[in-house]
Amino acid sequence: MIIKNLTVRFGAFTAVDDVTLEIPSGAIVGLVGESGSGKSTLARAVAGLVPYTGAVEGCDQRRVQMVFQDPQASLDPRMTVGASVAEGLRLPRAARQAEVERLLSLVSLPAALAGRYPRELSGGQRQRVAIARALCARPEVLVADEITSALDVSVQGAVLNLVRSLREELGFSMLFISHNLAVVRYVSDVVAVMHRGRLVEMGPTEDVVGTPKDGYTRSLIDAVPRLGRS
Amino acid sequence: MRHPLRTSAGLAGAVLVALMVILAIIGPPIWGATAERIDSAAILQGASAAHPLGTDNLGRDILARVLVAGRLSLTLALLATLIGAGAGTVLGALPSVLPRRLGRLVTGTVNALVAFPGLLLSMFIAVVTGLGARGAVLGIGAAIAPGFARLTQTLAASVAKADYVAAARMLRVPRRRVMTRHILPNIAEPLILNLTQALGGALLALAGMSFLGLGVQPPSFDWGRLLFDGFSRIYATPAVALGPAVAVALAGIGFNLLGDALANAASRKPTPARKARLRAAPDTTGLGEPAPEAVLEVRDLTVAFPGGVTPVRGLSLTIAPGEIIGLVGESGSGKSLTASAIGGLVPYPGEVSAGRLRLCGADVRELPEAERRKLLGTSLAMVFQDPMASLNPALKVGGQLAEVATVHQGASRAEARGRALDRLGHVHIPEPARRARQHPHELSGGMRQRVVIAMGLMGSPRLIIADEPTTALDVTVQRQILRLLREVTDETGAATLFISHDIAVVGELCDRVVVMYAGRVVEELPVEELASGAAHPYTRALVASLPDMETDRSRPLASIPGRQPSPAELAEADGTAGGCAFAARCELATARCAQRPPLVDHGKAHRVACWEA
Amino acid sequence: MAEPTRPPAAGPRRALAGRVRGGLVLRRVVRFAISLAVLLVASFGMIHLIPGDPVRASLGPAAPVELVEARREALGLDQPILSQLVSYVRHVLGGDFGTSFLSGEPVGDIIAARLPNTVALALSATVVALLAAVPLGMWAAIRTENGRNRGTEVTFTSATGAAVAVPEFLYSIALVTVFAIGLGWLPPAGKAGPESYLLPIAALAIAPMAMIARISRVETLRELGTDYIRLARAKRLPTARLYLRHVLPNTLTATLTVGGLLLTGLIAGSVLVEYVFAWPGLGLRVVESITQKDYPVAQGVILVYGAIVLVVNLLVDLLLGLLDPTSALKET
Repeated sequence: MIIKNLTVRFGAFTAVDDVTLEIPSGAIVGLVGESGSGKSTLARAVAGLVPYTGAVEGCDQRRVQMVFQDPQASLDPRMTVGASVAEGLRLPRAARQAEVERLLSLVSLPAALAGRYPRELSGGQRQRVAIARALCARPEVLVADEITSALDVSVQGAVLNLVRSLREELGFSMLFISHNLAVVRYVSDVVAVMHRGRLVEMGPTEDVVGTPKDGYTRSLIDAVPRLGRS
Repeated sequence: MRHPLRTSAGLAGAVLVALMVILAIIGPPIWGATAERIDSAAILQGASAAHPLGTDNLGRDILARVLVAGRLSLTLALLATLIGAGAGTVLGALPSVLPRRLGRLVTGTVNALVAFPGLLLSMFIAVVTGLGARGAVLGIGAAIAPGFARLTQTLAASVAKADYVAAARMLRVPRRRVMTRHILPNIAEPLILNLTQALGGALLALAGMSFLGLGVQPPSFDWGRLLFDGFSRIYATPAVALGPAVAVALAGIGFNLLGDALANAASRKPTPARKARLRAAPDTTGLGEPAPEAVLEVRDLTVAFPGGVTPVRGLSLTIAPGEIIGLVGESGSGKSLTASAIGGLVPYPGEVSAGRLRLCGADVRELPEAERRKLLGTSLAMVFQDPMASLNPALKVGGQLAEVATVHQGASRAEARGRALDRLGHVHIPEPARRARQHPHELSGGMRQRVVIAMGLMGSPRLIIADEPTTALDVTVQRQILRLLREVTDETGAATLFISHDIAVVGELCDRVVVMYAGRVVEELPVEELASGAAHPYTRALVASLPDMETDRSRPLASIPGRQPSPAELAEADGTAGGCAFAARCELATARCAQRPPLVDHGKAHRVACWEA
Repeated sequence: MAEPTRPPAAGPRRALAGRVRGGLVLRRVVRFAISLAVLLVASFGMIHLIPGDPVRASLGPAAPVELVEARREALGLDQPILSQLVSYVRHVLGGDFGTSFLSGEPVGDIIAARLPNTVALALSATVVALLAAVPLGMWAAIRTENGRNRGTEVTFTSATGAAVAVPEFLYSIALVTVFAIGLGWLPPAGKAGPESYLLPIAALAIAPMAMIARISRVETLRELGTDYIRLARAKRLPTARLYLRHVLPNTLTATLTVGGLLLTGLIAGSVLVEYVFAWPGLGLRVVESITQKDYPVAQGVILVYGAIVLVVNLLVDLLLGLLDPTSALKET
C-alpha cells in the first residue's frame, strides 16, 4: 500500500499535512509520534473513516481493517463476542459458527467465549476479540492504533507477540501506531516518525533508532525511559 | 443493571403506577354508574358518610367520579406521550438522514423549541384547535416532542461516534444494519426510560390544562376537570378538592419515582454488598524503634473496605530525606491507595490502620487536629496523574498557589503572591507573573504539572507523593517533569514517593524500587539491581515483558499468563489458606507457595517475599 | 526545557480575546433576533391557523353578519395575508397589540399593567428557589459522598423526587387550604401587601427548588471526585474555603443553565398559580382570553411569554459565558 500526499483538514486546522508513506507488502510499518502529531488521524484516513485529500493506492480500501486503542469502546456492549466477530462475515449460518471458532482460536481464545458479552472479559481478552473481528475480513492491511496503551504491562507483551505471530501466519501488512518508541521498535520493520502533522523521518527500524537524522526523532529517542540510567 | 425495585423509592413508584393502571382498568365498570347518578337531594354537599368526598352541583358522588376519572386521565396522558415521543424520535432522527443544511435547520428548530415551556406550547395549540381534550393532547404532545428529539439526536450522535460503529463501517456492514444492530439498541433503552418520566409529565400537564378549563370539557371529566369544579368550592368545603388533588399528586409522584429508579438502575454500576466491618488496631509491639531521621515511616499499613476487601495489606515503608522511592505495580495492586492512605485521603468507606505512620518524626494519628492539618498541609506535597484535572478550572493559577501560604503560614496576600511567583520560577515556568494571572486551561499539560509541583513547594515540603505524575504526558514532556522532580528533591532535601505502573520510568528516576502485587510488597531493591538483580519472579517478568531500546527483536517478549487477582477476589480467597498471590501465574511455584512467603532480607538493602528467590 | 509556550505578547492576545468575545456575543444576539422573528410569525400565524373564521368563532353563531364583517375589517382580515403580516409586525414593534374583543381595552395596556406582577412573582420564586436549593444540594452531596449516610441519601432523593413531581397548582391549592382557609394566617387571593406574595411564591418555588437541589447535589458530587479537590484536600484547606471557593464556582455553570430553563418554566407555571391566587398577572388574563376566544389578547400575551423565554435564554447564555473561564467568552 502506498499513501500519497495524504492531507486531512478539520476546518482551518491541518491534522495530517502531505504525508507520503509506503507500507511494503507483508511488512510492519511503525508510526510513532506524540499526542496531537496526527498519527491517529492518519490511521483513520487510511481506514476510510475520515475524509482526506491525496491518495491511498495499491490496496483495495475494503481490505483495510483497524484495531482501536480501547477495546471496551470498540466492542458493542449489547453484542456477544461471537456476534461481534461474525459481523463482517458473509457466510451461511452453518458455516459461520465454525469460522468464528477458527478466528477465536487464531487469537488464542477458547471457542466457549463466543457466547459471552464484552463486559465479562478482561482487557487483554477484549483486545484479542477486536483483533479477531478485524481478521474476519481477511485484511491486506491491518491498522493497529495504540492497541496496547489501555492494557496492563504484563498483558501488553502477550498482545504484541500475538500481533507478530499473526503477521507471520497470515502475511498481511500492518500500520502499527504507538506513542511508545520502544514498542514500535520491537514490532516494526520500518519506523516512521510524525510531528505536528508532518512525517519527519522514515526508514528501516535499526537505521532510524540507531542513527536518527531528524532532531525531533533524536529527542524522542533520548526521552525513552531506560532502566537504571541515572 | 441493579434491580430498579431494590430501592424503597423505586418500589413505591412501581406500586403507585401499578395501582393507577389497575384503577384505570377497573374504575369505570365498578363505579361508573355511581359517578353518573344525579341526586337532586344531595347537591353540593361536603364530606359525609354516604359521600366521603362530598357531591357536586348535580349531587353526584365525587369519590366515585375521582375513581372513574383515572382511566381518561391516564389514557389521554398516554396518547399525548406517544404522539410526542413518536414525533420527537422522528424529528431527532431526521438530521442524520436529511441533507446537511436541511438537517441543521431541523436541529436548530428543535433546539429553539426545547427552550419553550410545555404549557406555553400547549396554550398555543389550544388557541388554534379550540378548547377540549383533543387540543390539550395535541398541545402536550407537541410540548413533549422537542425534548425527545433532542435526546434522540444526542444519543444517536454519541453512538454513531463509537469505535464499534467505525469498526462495523470498515467491515462494510450495510448502513441499515448498522442502524438496527448498533445504533437503535444502544439508544432504545434511554429513550424508553424517558417515556416513563414523560408520561408522568404529560399527566400533570393535562391535569393543569383541564384545571384551567382549557382541557377536558363536560360532560367528560378527568382529574383536572374535577379539580376545576372543586376549586371554586374550597372555601366552603375543602374536601371536594382533596380527591382529585391527591390522585394527581400520587400519579405524578409514582411515575417520577419509577422513572428515576429505572434511570438509576440503568446507569449505575452494581455496588458491592456493604458489610461494615471494624478492624482491630494492629499489634504495635515488635515494630522496633522508630527511625528518627526518616521522613516517612510506615509499618503494617492496611486499607480495608467493607465486605473484607483489602486492597493494601500490611505494607511497610521507610523513606530517608533526599531519597526517591519508586512504588511500582499494575492497576489494582494497591499502589495508589497506599499514596492516599499516607496522605490521609482514603475515601469513605475505606479504613486505614497501621502499626506506625510517622511523618517528619511525628505520628500523624496522634497529633491534635490543628497541628495535623498544618503538618500535612505544608510538609506533604501531592502530584496526581492528570494535570488537566489537578488544577481548579475556576480559579487563577496564582491564587491557587498563594492559598497554601495564607491559610497555613499566615502570610499576607502580597507575601503569598510573591512566594507563588518565586516558586513558579523555581519550576522553570517562563514569565511567572503572567502565568499566575491565567486560568489553568490556558496552560499546556506539562506546564500544569509544573504548577502542581510548584504548589507543593509553597510550604516546606518534606515528602512529595507523586501518583503517576507523567502517565498523561508525552515522553519528551515526561522527561522534563522527571528531571524537575529530581532537581526539586535534591534542592529541598525532601523525600519523594513516586508511584508508577511503568517500571522503566521508575528505573530511570528512583533510588530504590518497591514492587507491589495484589496489595502486598513482593520486593524492595536498589535501582541498580532492577535490570538484572531482581529476585522475585514477578519483578523479573515485569522487567522482561517491557520492550526497551535494546530488546532482542527476533525473540518473543516475555509475558505473564493470567492476571492479577482483584481485591474482591482476594477477599474471597482470604477464607482459605491464603498463600502467595502470585503463585497461580508463577512458573517457579511449588507446594510451599500455599504458605504466604514473608518479606525477608535478600542481600544489602534488598528484601523479597518469595520462597524460591 | 523547550516546552511549547504560547505567544508571549499580551497586546495582540487581548485584542484577539476581545474579538472572540465580541463574535460570540454577536452570534448569540443574531440567534436571538432570528428566534424573535420566527416567534412573531408564529404568533401572527396562530390566528390564521384557527380552522374556519376566528371572528365568527369568537362572536358566536348568533352574531349579525354586519358585526362580523366590521370586526374582520377592523382586524384587517380582509387584506392579503402578506400585507397583514407586514402591518402586524409594524404594529407590534410600535407597541400596538390590537384591542380586546371583550373589553375593548388596548392589549398593550393590558400587558403593561399586568406584566410587572407576573415578572415579580416569577423572579422572586427563582431567587428563592436558587438560594434555598444550592446550599441544600451541596449539603446533601457532602453528607452522602462515596455512599456515606445512606439514610440521608434515600431521604433526600425520595423527598426531592416526590416534590418535583407535584405540580405547582396542587401546591397552590394545598397552601391556600392550609394557610389561608385553615389557619387564616395569610390572604387566600389577590395582590395586596408583602404578605400576599408569600403563598404564590412558595407554591411556585417548591418544585424548582427540589429540582435545583438535586442537580446541585449531583454536580457537587462530581466536583468532589475530581483531582483538584483531592489536591485541595491534601493541602488541608479549611472546610469552608474548600467548599465555597473550590467546589461552588464549578457547580454553578450547570446549576444556572438549569436555573435559566426553570425560570422560563416558572413563567408558564405562574399561569396556574395566578389562576389559583387570582393574582392580577398575565396568566389570569390569558386563560380567560383563551376560554372566551378573545384572540387579540391571547395572541399578544402568548407573544410576550415567548419573548420573555427568548430574553431569559439569551441572558443565561451571556451570563454563563462570563462565569465559565473555560469558555472563550472570558479572557484576562
